[in-house]
Amino acid sequence: MVEFALPKNSKISGGKTWPKPAGAAEVREFRVYRWNPDDGKNPSVDTYYVDTNDCGPMVLDGLIWIKNHIDPSLTFRRSCREGVCGSCAMNIDGQNTLACTRSMHDVKDGAVKINPLPHQPVVKDLVPDLTNFYAQYASVEPWLKTTSPTPQKEWRQTHEDREKLDGLYECILCACCSTSCPSYWWNSDRYLGPAALLQANRWVSDSRDEATGERLDNLEDPFRLYRCHTIMNCAKACPKGLNPAEAIAELKLKMVERQI
Amino acid sequence: MSGTDTPKRSMRTPLGRVRNLGAAHSGTSDFWRQRITGVAMTLLMIPGLVIIMMLLGRNQVYAAQTLSSIPVAVILLLFIFASAWHMKIGMQVVIEDYVHNEKLKLTAVMLNNFFSIAVALASTYAILKLSSGV
Repeated sequence: MVEFALPKNSKISGGKTWPKPAGAAEVREFRVYRWNPDDGKNPSVDTYYVDTNDCGPMVLDGLIWIKNHIDPSLTFRRSCREGVCGSCAMNIDGQNTLACTRSMHDVKDGAVKINPLPHQPVVKDLVPDLTNFYAQYASVEPWLKTTSPTPQKEWRQTHEDREKLDGLYECILCACCSTSCPSYWWNSDRYLGPAALLQANRWVSDSRDEATGERLDNLEDPFRLYRCHTIMNCAKACPKGLNPAEAIAELKLKMVERQI
Repeated sequence: MSGTDTPKRSMRTPLGRVRNLGAAHSGTSDFWRQRITGVAMTLLMIPGLVIIMMLLGRNQVYAAQTLSSIPVAVILLLFIFASAWHMKIGMQVVIEDYVHNEKLKLTAVMLNNFFSIAVALASTYAILKLSSGV
């Protein structure tokens, strides 16, 4: 059966409260999930106080400030710091989002609570293991597939056909959507999840691609595609404002269209 | 992990695990039937409720007289048929969502089929019996 409670070794215990920075005029409390695979202890939530006059406004700025000034062992992924790479996806104040584009001022009511993306194995602290997520992306074969002879220049596409990819190609694969989906939590071994399916629809919708039917064949499965129950958490979570649920609905429509 | 493969015991590659047994090439029929039966139930709900309200508190003779009308019997039969089918598909989805033990899942899906067929047949028999005045 589905496990509704955390396994014993994942239960969160009380963590360390770090002292407030000396001389700081304004501080913001951060409660951050900590887990170290090497110490054999259960996860904990550490409390830090960030000098907001000494760091940028985003949650990622706060985390970097903590790492630089308080606790260098705090582990998280980050790269572009402008919502393009998707590395710093995490659960902030109960919602999956990018730490670099979420202002700490938008987090109301006290502490900024930060956890890793839900329901994924944790590598360390805020770093989830996204191996399965990336393998699911690879399984939709996200590249142009053609059998016609390759043209001398580029594969051509009308402006109208190109517009059909808007809302699909912008996905940065941060995994905020998939890891916010309850259906993905219960069946991530067989359900491809919103991100991979949005990408699948991106290639199914591409007028230049010649493997549309083959792609739909690969998706037609009670679990791979039809575990989506239109819960819509994916659309709410997407930090790029995309709508994976709509992309999945389009895939289902195409499945029906080719049968009726 | 599903079926034959669990990540803890396997050295398969992540892509191999995702591909696993391959696509079932089914699911669209159930998806479409669930929508058809859902719309059918919505359309049949109002006449169905009117018929049931008409029968409330009445005796069997009155019920038999009402159901002897072909449109009334057909509406109820269609409602039962759509409901049972919708119930079967919906419950199977719930089982597949939450029951991960393969043997338990197959058993539950089988029982769900039996139950839905039994409900549909019992209801059909009752309606036909009343409408034929037996």
